[in-house]
Amino acid sequence: MDKQQPLLSVKNLKTHFFMDEGVVKAVDGVTFDVQAGQVFGIVGESGCGKSVTMKAVLRLVDPPGRIVGGEIMLRRTNEDGSTNEAIDLVKLDANGKMMRDIRGAEIALIPQEPMASFSPVHTIGDQICEAIMLHQSVDKRAARKIALQMLKDVGIPIPEQRLDEYSWQLSGGLRQRAIIAMALSCNPRLLIADEPTTAVDVTTQAQVLRLLRRLQEQRNAAIIFITHDLGVIAQMADSVMVMYLGLVMEQGPVETIFHNAKHPYTQALLRSIPTVTMTPRVNLPTISGSIPHPFNKPKGCPFHPRCEKSIAGKCDARTPALQAAGERQWVSCFLYHDVEVSA
Amino acid sequence: MLRFIVQRLLILPFLVLLFSVIVFWLVQAPPGDFLTSYVANLASSGSSIDAEQVEALKRQFGLDQPGYIQYWRWMESLSKGDLGLSLEYQRPNTELIGERLVLTIALALFAFVITWLFAIPAGIYSATHQNSWLDYVLTVLNYIGVATPNFMLALILMWLAFSYLGLSVTGLFSPEYIQAPWSWERVVDLMKHIWLPAIVLGVAGTARLTRVMRANLLDELNKPYVVTARAKGLSEWKVVFKYPVRLALNPLVSTIGWYLPQLFSGSLIVATVMNLPNIGPLLLRALTQQDMYLAGSILLIYCFLTIVGTLISDILLALLDPRIRMEGA
Repeated sequence: MDKQQPLLSVKNLKTHFFMDEGVVKAVDGVTFDVQAGQVFGIVGESGCGKSVTMKAVLRLVDPPGRIVGGEIMLRRTNEDGSTNEAIDLVKLDANGKMMRDIRGAEIALIPQEPMASFSPVHTIGDQICEAIMLHQSVDKRAARKIALQMLKDVGIPIPEQRLDEYSWQLSGGLRQRAIIAMALSCNPRLLIADEPTTAVDVTTQAQVLRLLRRLQEQRNAAIIFITHDLGVIAQMADSVMVMYLGLVMEQGPVETIFHNAKHPYTQALLRSIPTVTMTPRVNLPTISGSIPHPFNKPKGCPFHPRCEKSIAGKCDARTPALQAAGERQWVSCFLYHDVEVSA
Repeated sequence: MLRFIVQRLLILPFLVLLFSVIVFWLVQAPPGDFLTSYVANLASSGSSIDAEQVEALKRQFGLDQPGYIQYWRWMESLSKGDLGLSLEYQRPNTELIGERLVLTIALALFAFVITWLFAIPAGIYSATHQNSWLDYVLTVLNYIGVATPNFMLALILMWLAFSYLGLSVTGLFSPEYIQAPWSWERVVDLMKHIWLPAIVLGVAGTARLTRVMRANLLDELNKPYVVTARAKGLSEWKVVFKYPVRLALNPLVSTIGWYLPQLFSGSLIVATVMNLPNIGPLLLRALTQQDMYLAGSILLIYCFLTIVGTLISDILLALLDPRIRMEGA
């Protein structure tokens, strides 16, 4: 790892859901670091635990879900910009004053569906100013000024008018920009973007991604970028973590993951991306089988039933741990090491 | 917004006119008229009346005229603010309906306030503490509330109030105030009596409203905007009241308009059991006696109140929800 202290350091995070039917281990031992100013991508299919990981970092996991283990260390910054001791978010009361001061101010969320993520009966301005007044000691007028500047920064035309409009009066792209403005309004050092471009068309998606990247560089904020789209990851991320059924399969810098993927799951994901050099009218390679139901996770490596290279007697019996495999690359696969997850 | 209200107010007279035709046709619909039931009543009590007298009465009341002329006469007097003459009581309908209507509205408003005061907080608590023991207790109470016929509840509460508190709880006034003219003391006396029937009338509605509020709020609590609000760092209390509660209330506000007439017609049995001097028993009697102008006038007032109630709830909804306010703008 880098010598620099990471902004966010998640260690062996476990978040389980206690349902009547049984326990769903949505996140089952996830470890990663996010450096200041870095874009950290989390990829995976639906249900792999990427959104739950993000909710755990914000301490917004709803019952019956609960963080059952691990730590989430956040390095806080003093008023003067000097760094402070890291605190473990898992130990904080999820709705306590301290966690609420962190939420929105230090870690902000860019949610998935901008349409549903704004209240339809409150104006955009009201909702943005609310966040500003909550974390900064400013009055209504000053908050409005900040909100106006934020809307300008994210490239919304005629922002004075937009502040007094409702989310459903805006186009999809503008709504997405407004949501980003709201998340950035308190200058957070960590942004969590949960599939922020799934709800907009491709052209708008490209614009929004460029905007996010520019704002992130200007403000030197870190982003945890959650998506199922490897193309978006390639465009946005500095490092990538690939998740499958609540576990980390592989992790490393974006170039390494795309050009030298080690885990069979990552390799299979990359093969299923269409490219311009492909022969037309040939079926895309797919990953055989489907994601198992969370109640019957396979024993051993969760991917082994769908894995072409699975080793009988090993992959179906023991769960591989995430281990270093080359410079700044980690993989949990018995093809590369023999370390299993300790129970 | 203003245009919307003006538009609705302009439609109002036409709606009332339309309803007056329907109402008149409905009260005329049963076979016979006031005199046939009057004659039948006399016959059953052993006395009789000769055909000539019946004919004379018929002419006097205008019952020998065709329906449209009768309707026209009714409308004529209505346009002068006069609801016509009750055939049975031989007194102006305005006089008969007047105080009863005031008391009915007072009772309905009380029941309404009790319902909302209890149901909204209870629904919010149930939804935000889903599956807690108090949620289960409220759920059971709600089922009992919905399932208990209100006349039975009236009997039980009257019995309890009488035998344990020594209160005489029939009617809306103490005996000395029943015929008294309106005065401050009479209002105080009314307040002393009105709460019990108001509770009786409000229980079923409260139970239903609590369930609806709980269900609406549970839906809203799962919406992404709630996560956004929490992610801002708002306290849970503020999140819930500013966003999902506000949205869960909207569909309820739009039903306020139906609530008033429902309370009027629903109160008939309770009014009979509790001997309440409200409009329900008067309407029932007018209908069975075919006292058509009285029955028609009461029904027309119901219609008018329903229209006004709907208008009020539409205005409230438009105030609460910008999506409706700005529709077509």
